[in-house]
Amino acid sequence: MALPPPDPQFVLRGTSAAVHTLHFSCGGPEPDIPLLFSGSENGFIHVWNLKTHRVNTALDGHGRKSVCCVETMGGKDRLLSQGRDQRICLWDLAEGRTSVTDSVFTEHVGFCRCSLLKVAQGRWLMAMAARSLEEVQILELPSKTSVCTLKPEVGAKLGMPMCLKLWQLSGGSQPVLLAGYEDGSVVLWNVSMGKVLSQLICHQEPVMSLDFDSEKAKGISGSSEKVLSIWSLNEQQNLQVYKTHELVNAGISDITIRPDKKILATAGWDHRIRIFGWKKLKPLAVLDYHTATTHCVSFSDHSNPRERLLAAGSKDQRISVWSIYAQT
Amino acid sequence: VCFIPGGLECSISFVSHVLGKVCIHGRQKEILGVLVPRLTDLTKSDCIWQRICWQLVECVPDRWMEAVVLGFVQRAPRADVLSRLLGNLVVKNKKAQFVVTQKMLLLQYGHTIAVLQNLLGYLSLDSLRRTLLLRVLQELLETWSSSSAVKHSPAEQQLYISKAILICLSHLKEPEIESCRQELLTSMMEGVKCHLDSSLPQLRRLGMVVAESISLKINTEGPVLKFEYEEDDETRELKSLLVQTQSFCVVPSLPDDESEKAGAALPLVPESNEKSHTAAPAMPDEESDAELDSDDDLIPYDMSEDKELKIKSPMYIRDCIEVLTGSRPEDVDKWDATVKALESLVRRNPAATREVSVELAKILLHLEEKTCTEGFVELRQRAQVAVLTTDPIPVAKYLTSQFYSLNYSLRQRMDILDVLVLAAQELSCPKFHGKTKHSGVQKPCIQLLPGSDSSKGWRRIVDERIKSKTRRLDMGQSRVELASHPNEFNSVAGYFFFPLIQHFDRPLTTFDLLGEDHLVLGRLVHTLAILMYLSVNTVAVTTMGKALLEFVWALRFHTDSYVRQGLLSCVSSLLLSVPTEWILADMTEELLETQSWLGDVMEKDPDGDCRRLALQNLLLMENLKKKLEAVPS
Repeated sequence: MALPPPDPQFVLRGTSAAVHTLHFSCGGPEPDIPLLFSGSENGFIHVWNLKTHRVNTALDGHGRKSVCCVETMGGKDRLLSQGRDQRICLWDLAEGRTSVTDSVFTEHVGFCRCSLLKVAQGRWLMAMAARSLEEVQILELPSKTSVCTLKPEVGAKLGMPMCLKLWQLSGGSQPVLLAGYEDGSVVLWNVSMGKVLSQLICHQEPVMSLDFDSEKAKGISGSSEKVLSIWSLNEQQNLQVYKTHELVNAGISDITIRPDKKILATAGWDHRIRIFGWKKLKPLAVLDYHTATTHCVSFSDHSNPRERLLAAGSKDQRISVWSIYAQT
Repeated sequence: VCFIPGGLECSISFVSHVLGKVCIHGRQKEILGVLVPRLTDLTKSDCIWQRICWQLVECVPDRWMEAVVLGFVQRAPRADVLSRLLGNLVVKNKKAQFVVTQKMLLLQYGHTIAVLQNLLGYLSLDSLRRTLLLRVLQELLETWSSSSAVKHSPAEQQLYISKAILICLSHLKEPEIESCRQELLTSMMEGVKCHLDSSLPQLRRLGMVVAESISLKINTEGPVLKFEYEEDDETRELKSLLVQTQSFCVVPSLPDDESEKAGAALPLVPESNEKSHTAAPAMPDEESDAELDSDDDLIPYDMSEDKELKIKSPMYIRDCIEVLTGSRPEDVDKWDATVKALESLVRRNPAATREVSVELAKILLHLEEKTCTEGFVELRQRAQVAVLTTDPIPVAKYLTSQFYSLNYSLRQRMDILDVLVLAAQELSCPKFHGKTKHSGVQKPCIQLLPGSDSSKGWRRIVDERIKSKTRRLDMGQSRVELASHPNEFNSVAGYFFFPLIQHFDRPLTTFDLLGEDHLVLGRLVHTLAILMYLSVNTVAVTTMGKALLEFVWALRFHTDSYVRQGLLSCVSSLLLSVPTEWILADMTEELLETQSWLGDVMEKDPDGDCRRLALQNLLLMENLKKKLEAVPS
């Protein structure tokens, strides 16, 4: 007899706007408080204290335009946030400061979240959608120098890039970018040469979100239709469809694979969060708490596996935090 | 006919005379049937025979030239044959020129496409004659773009001219198009305007096809004019005329096909790669799965609650009103569900609907599409019909008053007419087991979809009704006896009919039935015809008949053929619905006047459909008279 799905461990209220992005920072040593960063539609980034379940600070750096992405850069003191005011801001949050140290003007008016990859100590690569409709630009941070611009060939008609993921196979190898586009295809780019390695049409509708497991060379993408598509990368760097999974209701906003690669979570337009086993995409749970479409899901990076959490942000202005499959 | 070949100048003018005389007496077929094939063979490669042939036709006296030229053009198998036979006759002989460039194209319109192709092809084959081709094109375009020609000439003639224009265009070469590009553009703009103004869909389509073709020819790069219309045999035929079926046209399409296939092949290749690759890893995957199965100890939770997300549709009419008039833009899903559920809610709750019927009618009339719901227009119309049939009198009063009010679009006014007709049809049909059932035997369905031409279906129905009427004395009791119900349309027919007929001659600032908005007038007239038809066996039918006849009389000389067709349909319904005794007793003088008018229409009206309808009406009147005479006094 299957158990009914669990309730959220706790719910964070107080953003007073739809929540579009979440990022945990809980990996620090013991005296550090586990934090959750959330970006909302009213332009605020809230820093939640996960012990007291209250907001520590609220950062206002995007001129009241919606924040679509927050990421930490090596610890909770440095934050990167992307907003729909066409800016990416770098924050310095050490010792209680809340200042924007630097910003990048993206000139991008879409919703594509940027992707960060740490390539060396103190150096990151960031992939972001650029001003021109189909292009993706790779910048090096913090120097803000442009590494390359990834332009699809003329007549490819991919549409806007919808979601990005930068990764590298191991410490020193070539970084590659996986980009999901408006026409439903996922493209693998070689960043240093700026060329397409492989392209695969995964969906009939725009790719809303994707995530990739570099160890197993398998990735998953969700779209505005009812199908989740799982694809793999073979030795020749070619993408091929591995499996598809049909959902009950159409529309996926976000997909995240847990860092231990055992489970993944999807945030759906039908207000529900679905948990699947990553190995065979076995449906594990459907978490039905929110009353409006869920925009984002994120797994925490706790060093102690038992404390691991899953957070989901929704249009109903609440963040639900769950402890699920933490024992494995 | 044998000749002595070789070097001798012989006069063959007597042969020309014979030919001309025979042709003028109407024997073109016989003589040219023999002559043309023979000459075709002889002139194929022999220049002397060609010259003899040209001399032959040139010497035909002017008074017989037309018959001869006409015969040749009709008999010749192809344009190049005609060119060999006639040579530059059209350039040298004034009468021949007149026949070919004016009479056959602009004054006559009965010739087949093959004849047109021959004629225009002939003009295009020689540089001397090409100037004539251009002149012909200009004159054809002038006629095509003249608004009086579009309004008053028969549809067949307009089709003929359109075909001729398209064939001319197909013969034009680039430098010639360059030289007359400006004129082509001007004529196209004017012509398109006149054609789109017309109320007959066939003429509108003709205008669209020709305009598209002209635009295609003059804009070789850049955007071309593209209309949206339903393709049918006629439009396909017209479009095929634009392309000359010669061998050099076929070849360019082949590389196109190949490049399309090549393009289609590219996306297929990676997919086929996947298929071949997934076959291979399938094997090792199964083995590794078997190993790792013990690792997979994640126990799923109960997911039985995970069902499709359904938006609750409203259960009460007042809720519907709230949602539809609500200003919250986010509730689009609810709005969508309301629109879909409204008709059935209205029908299931007649009492509740009656309380708010006029308000609901008002909301529906002004409802605009918010989401891309499929079939929104039909959903709205069905809801409106449901409201109208549930509470006919106040809603009919409201709708008919709104028809003549300010600030409605033409589309909304025509929607009102459609809704009135559909509701009238529903009310007048007998109901079985509480559900409306359209019985095929007595009253065929009238499908009125927005934008479609209802008069065609209407005519079929009248035809059938007339047929059934004329044989009624023989059919006896062969029809199935249906359960009888009171005719619900009886009490409300007047409310539907009279307000519509009242104010047609009072122009408003935005709406002038007798002026520009003759399309709406046409629709109004057809609506009145249908309402009249449906009012058979109602109490008010005689008063309606009289009012309708007066209305028809006032408008009988209207210039728009769609309106005239509607007026004639009104007369038909009148004759079918009003009891015969009343017609002959009460309306004798009007009937006699109508009869003479119908006779006039039958003979002189340029529109073929009008003439046919007039004939039908006269037949109906004859039948009425016969029926009365057949009844033993």
